Amino acid sequence: MQEDYSTGGNRYDVLLFAIASELANRSAITVDVPSPTTAADMLDAIGRVCPALIPWLPSCRLAVNQSFVSNDFLISGDAEIALIPPVSGG
Amino acid sequence: MTQLGNRNVVIAIHYQPISISMYRHLIEDADVGAHAWFEGVTRRMTGELETVRLTYEGFEPMALREMNRIAECIVSEFKLAKLLIAHRLGDVPLGEASLIVGCSAPHRVNVLLSLAKIVDQLKADVPIWKKEHFANGETQWVHPK
Repeated sequence: MQEDYSTGGNRYDVLLFAIASELANRSAITVDVPSPTTAADMLDAIGRVCPALIPWLPSCRLAVNQSFVSNDFLISGDAEIALIPPVSGG
Repeated sequence: MTQLGNRNVVIAIHYQPISISMYRHLIEDADVGAHAWFEGVTRRMTGELETVRLTYEGFEPMALREMNRIAECIVSEFKLAKLLIAHRLGDVPLGEASLIVGCSAPHRVNVLLSLAKIVDQLKADVPIWKKEHFANGETQWVHPK
């Protein structure tokens, strides 16, 4: 995470996996969001940066610091953000 | 191999073949009366589609954390003596294991019930994904809706 003094927001690298990584053609994207921001707003920001992911976002979950969070979870400061598509281990 | 664990629980991620025989010693306990195992393997046919192999990708640090969280809950709920969860990542050919769960407890009901619950929770919450490689050359990520 980097603080962006010009907007009063934060910049995060969002980790991508599986179908999300394939659609974005990269393993992470960078998003700028206000600080603090909700997980729901983070998902919207991900869609703006990478429109190819928009159809998948309703079925994805967000993980902050390697824990799933709800849509109203507030993200601020240093945080590791990961977009988690529907899982299929086992 | 990446591994987490304590006295009762072992969680592991491997990029090499895994087998029950590798882990049998980890669930042995002189005070138990039941061992139970689940082995998830690569299946050839899904409907009309023929699979030649699966490739698994994981968000490894979170996958280990989630498997450990699930394991600790199940050990407590079912009074297990020992529990092992091992997942393989990378290519998994037909018939080979991608997931092994083993557990032990004083009584059979505890281990039989816990196996199903562990696998269900793992398939819901552990950030691991599989990609099908079909005989016709196509590939597809498996993402349950």
